[in-house]
Parts: sequence; structure tokens; C-alpha cells
Amino acid sequence: MTSVPMTQSSAAERDASEGPFLRVEDLKVTFPTQDGPVTAVQGLSYSVEKGKTLGIVGESGSGKSVSSMAVMGLHDTKSAKISGSIRVDGTEVVGLGESQMRALRGNSMAMIFQDALAALHPFYKIGAQLSEAYLVHHSSASKRDARRKAIEMLDRVGIPQPDRRVDDFPHQFSGGMRQRAMIAMGLINDPSLLIADEPTTALDVTVQAQILDLLQDLQREFNSAVIIITHDLGVIAEMADDVLVMYAGRCVEYGTVKQILTTPEMPYTWGLLSSIPDVHASTDARLIPIPGNPPSLLRPPTGCSFHPRCVHSDKVPGDLCRTELPELLPASSGTAHLKRCHLADPVRVYETEVLPEIAPDLVEETR
Amino acid sequence: MTQDPNARSEIEPTEVGANAAETGERELHDDHDVTADHEVLHEGLDFATVAGMGHVASELDPDAPPVLTIDNLKMYFPVKSAGVVRRTIGHVQAVDGISFEVPKGGSLGLVGESGCGKSTTGRLITRLYKPTGGSMMFDGHDLAKLSSREMKPLRRDVQMIFQDPYTSLNPRHTVGTIVGAPLEVHNIVPKNQVLKRVQELLEVVGLNPEHYNRYPNEFSGGQRQRIGIARALTLNPKVLVADEPVSALDVSIQAQVVNLLQDIQNEFDVAFLFIAHDLAIVRHFCPEIAVMYLGKIVEIGDRETIYGRPHHPYTQALLSAVPDVKQAAIGGRRERIRLEGDVPSPINPPSGCRFRTRCQFAQEICAKVEPPLLQIGSRHKVACHFAGELGAHPATPVTTDLLGVDDQGTPVPGATPTNTQLTIPGYEKTWYDLTTKQTAGA
Repeated sequence: MTSVPMTQSSAAERDASEGPFLRVEDLKVTFPTQDGPVTAVQGLSYSVEKGKTLGIVGESGSGKSVSSMAVMGLHDTKSAKISGSIRVDGTEVVGLGESQMRALRGNSMAMIFQDALAALHPFYKIGAQLSEAYLVHHSSASKRDARRKAIEMLDRVGIPQPDRRVDDFPHQFSGGMRQRAMIAMGLINDPSLLIADEPTTALDVTVQAQILDLLQDLQREFNSAVIIITHDLGVIAEMADDVLVMYAGRCVEYGTVKQILTTPEMPYTWGLLSSIPDVHASTDARLIPIPGNPPSLLRPPTGCSFHPRCVHSDKVPGDLCRTELPELLPASSGTAHLKRCHLADPVRVYETEVLPEIAPDLVEETR
Repeated sequence: MTQDPNARSEIEPTEVGANAAETGERELHDDHDVTADHEVLHEGLDFATVAGMGHVASELDPDAPPVLTIDNLKMYFPVKSAGVVRRTIGHVQAVDGISFEVPKGGSLGLVGESGCGKSTTGRLITRLYKPTGGSMMFDGHDLAKLSSREMKPLRRDVQMIFQDPYTSLNPRHTVGTIVGAPLEVHNIVPKNQVLKRVQELLEVVGLNPEHYNRYPNEFSGGQRQRIGIARALTLNPKVLVADEPVSALDVSIQAQVVNLLQDIQNEFDVAFLFIAHDLAIVRHFCPEIAVMYLGKIVEIGDRETIYGRPHHPYTQALLSAVPDVKQAAIGGRRERIRLEGDVPSPINPPSGCRFRTRCQFAQEICAKVEPPLLQIGSRHKVACHFAGELGAHPATPVTTDLLGVDDQGTPVPGATPTNTQLTIPGYEKTWYDLTTKQTAGA
């Protein structure tokens, strides 16, 4: 939401690239089911500028992946109902025809999926799959050009001996290499928007660090806008500029990574922070889970969708949490920091009640 | 809820779908609520109560006697050639000579990258595999040598919690059958009392005991993992092997399950071998941690030492790779030790130190001589020729005197190795001091 000076890189030369590259406004995605319509995402708005990274956090079922698949136009338009507006580089994507969508997808925007073994085709060689992605958007290119490009990309993402590995099948790659190959496939057409859906969840920490380094290097090189979807707040802390916390299909908190992780103002974000241990935290820190399970989207809770699991709703007067959906309003720490909560003074509650339990060492520091 | 199996698949995110219709408005007193986690049953729960249920990190009891002693345990899987005559052409050295102790009622964490042999170790202890060599002493029996028949009465004492709650429960058995099966196998209680025990167990793990006749698909991921835990607890085990018990769960649910495991440990005095790749969870749950690399333990010690003052370059690299939430206050990414490449093949591991191919401190000696797992503190062992704190690795190998070799790893003629304390499972009273190169004591 902050404006950045445009960098003079080759990737950012068109007029349309002024302002955010991706702007999502009031997105709503509904799927029909036998038990009635499920609204997986509603009232979601965000924007990502080139060269910036947006992190989306939330539990499974909170609408993280559904919203980004809507951006990519991957929902079946026959069943999924999408309303609102998604503008990629000025082009409205909602309601765009399949052929026009295809021209965009893989070209100016690309997606990296979580499970690389499932996302790569087991029958085709890595090189063939990479070349295909290139040939689709470069109709004049020859097969030899595409192959050269594939080798170049494999080399770029750090696969050793790319000229030999290009003829391997996905099962011959290790987990980290497969993820690299996926990234290579996503980046082969220099997309300006890259959506990484849990890109490192299935990987070891050392490989995860390599992949995150790679993503950052590539982002710097291509000046692309990146959306990183994860449930690992550590990854968010190190990768993202802005963070969007989602719960039950809605944005519940939005702000810079510093605002969200150091002065969060929404009990769900507190819950996320308190339910993960930290390798460097004091051992006196308690692990406090969020009670209960994520709600059903078929019949979502009335009022604030987090209220059945919220342990701070007793601090809100009356039945407000149960009856009324809080608006997404600016928080106290800044105008760019938005939260959806009825709590009157969340900062005090966080500092006096939550922080001493989850990070006793931090409290001492601030005093 | 409709019985049409397709109905569920259309509800995007399946986990919510699994308890979607039944939860409905989340009338928490509703008897039909499968998500009746005891933690949310009462309304008006305030933060102090919930915080009180959370646990701080487990503490180490240094005097606890070992319940399980693993000595020089080995597991080699044969690699067969293709064709009609399938000759053995090599071995995958999945676990190659590891030794450790699991204290009674305590927990030992086992961390490492995938393929380092941590899961194999878990499966060896539960005797899902028969080890190639070494011993596993439990209650006066060597589990490694027992036949399957002799093993059966001991199986009740060593149980396992599996990683994936979606595949480790039989979808065609009810929860009652799943949790009650061990009781029938071991003939512990009369048939008419099985149900009572099952309901007791379901209550222990925080599920509604009325739900014994439901099927696993009616539960969410966290609840399924609770069923798996109830099944492991059925026979009152003394040792529980937890193989990545929370890595398949959502973040907010992970903490619930970790707290439950801590409750169980405090209540039933069960010893845990906790296998995980999430270093933060292991740190919280285990006061003692062993780091594995390519079938060997490279460093073992108490929590403060391993996380605060690791001496092995691999442990240091592993820790520096963990993303840190606190980084948000500073911005950007931390400087980290980059490990290049992948783990070498365990079929043909590197000579000498197995980590040397990726180690920035590796010298000639590392290729020639394998570093012993040397005790360098009262509860700290490390297997490295250049063991030292981060940024303070010595320039010359610290192990030369012990092994009777010179700095390049060539044996010194006439030198007698003074090493007397190689790979015993527990800790000695005295240890080798790295600065003085002498034996020191407490």
C-alpha cells in the first residue's frame, strides 16, 4: 500500500506498470456444493507492487489458495462464482475469456505449487515440460531455442549439470531439485507476478533456506511482484514486505511485516504467534494453542467469524462479537495497518496479557 | 450431512469440509458436534485459562535412569540388482552405528534432514525392522536379538505415533475398533470391558467418548492425530516413538497436539523418542536432542548446548537455516550458513567424516579418519575433528591425540590412541576438554 519509487529495470518499462501490478478488490469466490453454496473468499482486497512481496498466512481452509487461484484464473468458471475485481497490470482478469487468460497465465503471471512431485508430469522429461511452457508463449521459437532456454533456466535455479539433467524425469530429481525445476518453469517467461503457494512446506530447513534465497535473488533480478502463501510465520518474517492474515475467507489483519509480527492487533494473529515455538525464544515461553477447529464455511459463524475460538471476546462489551462483523479498520500503529476486531485497546491487551506468556524475554527488554 | 462422497470433495479445503456441516453454527453444546474438543466446550473461555493449559518447554531430569539404551545400532538395507537373479549389489547404510539413551519419563529429540535415518531409527526401536547389528536394551531384554514371538509381549511397552493421521488409521474401522484393537491382540481386558477402556482413552486425548462408533473420515486432522495417540496409549507403553507427530497438522492445531503429548508425558511418565524435522518443536518438547546426518549421530546434548552453543558445523548450519519470526523487527533475511548441494547417497557414503563434502571446515584429516563421537561436556557429545563454537572452530584438529594421528590424518608410528570413551550410549562423568585437550570432570 506504500508507494515505491520505480526502479529502472528492464522488466518495468510499460506505462501500465505505474501503481500496483496486481490489485484485488472486494474479491468473492463461491462454490456450489450439495449442501449449499460455500463462500471460500469474500471481501478480500489487496495490492502488490513490482519488486515487493506479499505474504498470505492462514490455516488450511482460510481461502489463501482459493484467492490466488482466482488471480491465476484457475477456477472452473462453470461452477465457481467469482465477483469483484482482479487487475493484473491494468487488465481485468475476472470474467476474462479462457483464450485471453491463457495468454496471461504463465507469461505475465506464474504460480509455484506446493507439491512439486504432483505438479510435475511424471511421464515427461523435465526439459520437455520447461520447453513447453516456453513454446506456448513464444510461437516463433524453435524447439532448439526452447531447449536452450530450459537448460539456461535450470542453471539459473542452481541445478548442477543442467545440460544433462534436462533429460531427466521428475522422479530422478530430489525434493529440493524438483522445487527448483518448478521455479524454473514458473520463471521461464519472466513473469512479473509470481505466486508461490507453500513453496517450501514439504522441504527440509536447509533446502528451504536455499529455495528462499533463490526466490529472493530471482525477484531482485526480474523485479517481479511475489505473493508467498505459507503458514510458517518465520518464512513470512524473512521474505515478505506486507502480510495479509486470512481467517474463514476474510482478511482479518493487514500491514507491513513488522506491524503484523511485532504489534499484531487481532486475537487470531496472536493465536498464530503463540502456537508456534521459536528456536531462539526463552524456554519459559508457553505454547498456547488456538482452541477448537477452523469453522465451517458452509454456515460460517455469525458476527466475527473468529468469535467461537476467540479467548478475548469477553473483553468486548455486550454480544458484539457474536452479532456484528467487525469492519476492516485502521489499527493504532499506522494507517497502512488494518485489522478486523471489536477489541477497544488491543495493544494494551497484547502487551500486558499475551506477550508475557508467549515471549517473557521480550517483555523484559521493552521495560 | 449428505452421504454422497462427492459432496465433500467439492468443498474447497477438505479439512474444513470434513467437519463442516456438523459443526454448523458451532453450537458448542450440541451433542452432534464432532469437533467437541474439550478445550472449547465451555463458553466464555478467557485467555488466562487457555494460557494456563499451555505448557512451557519440558525440563531435563539429569538423574533419570535410562529406560532404553541403544548401542551401536545398525540398519543396512540391501540393494538388489535388476534381472531374474537379484543379487545384492550394495547396502543402503540407513543407520550406521548410533548410540544413545532415552531417560525414563523423559524425551530425546531426533532431528536431521530427510534421509538421515531418523525414521528408520524409530522403526528399529519399535522393531518394525530387525536391525543389522547393535543392541537395544529395554527392561533387561535386547530388542535387537529377539524373535518376533519373543518380541510380542514387549511390544505393548514400545508404541508408535505415526506422522500422517490420514493414512495411519484404517478408514473402514470405527474409532472404537482402532483404539481397542491392541487390547484384543494382547488379551488384556475381557471383551465386555474393551469399550469402557476405549472411552477412557478417548477422554484422555480430548475427544468425546461418545464418538467411539464413528469412522476416521468424520474427524479433522488434529482429531485424527488424537485418535492415533489414543491407540498408542492403549497398552500403557513405557516408550513412545513419535515420528513427526505434528508435521501434517495446521499450525494452530500443532500446538494443541504438542500440549497433549506433554500432558500425557507428565501424567503417565512415558518416555518419548521424538522424531521431527521442525527444530523449534523439538526444542520445545525435548530437553535433550540428537542431530543425525547420513545415518550417524553428529552431535547430541541438552537443549541449551545444542541450540545455544552447537559445536558441529552441521548443527550450526541446520540452526541458521531456520527462519526466525523475530527477524520481522529487523527486516530482511539473516546471514546464514549456506549448505551447498544435497545429502550424499547412503549407499556409498563419503569416507571419513560423512559431512565433509558439504563442510566449509573440511581438511585432509576429515577424508581419512572418521571423527569419534567425543564427549566434550557433561551432557554434550560431538563428532567433528574441528569441533568448536560458531566462528571459533580450531585451526588444527582436536582429535589427533585421541586417535594417534597427525594433523593430516596419517597414523603416527608408535603413538597409542588414548581414546577410551568412544561411543558409549550415555554420558561419562569425565570428558575431553577441547581447550586444554585433557580429560576433565565436573
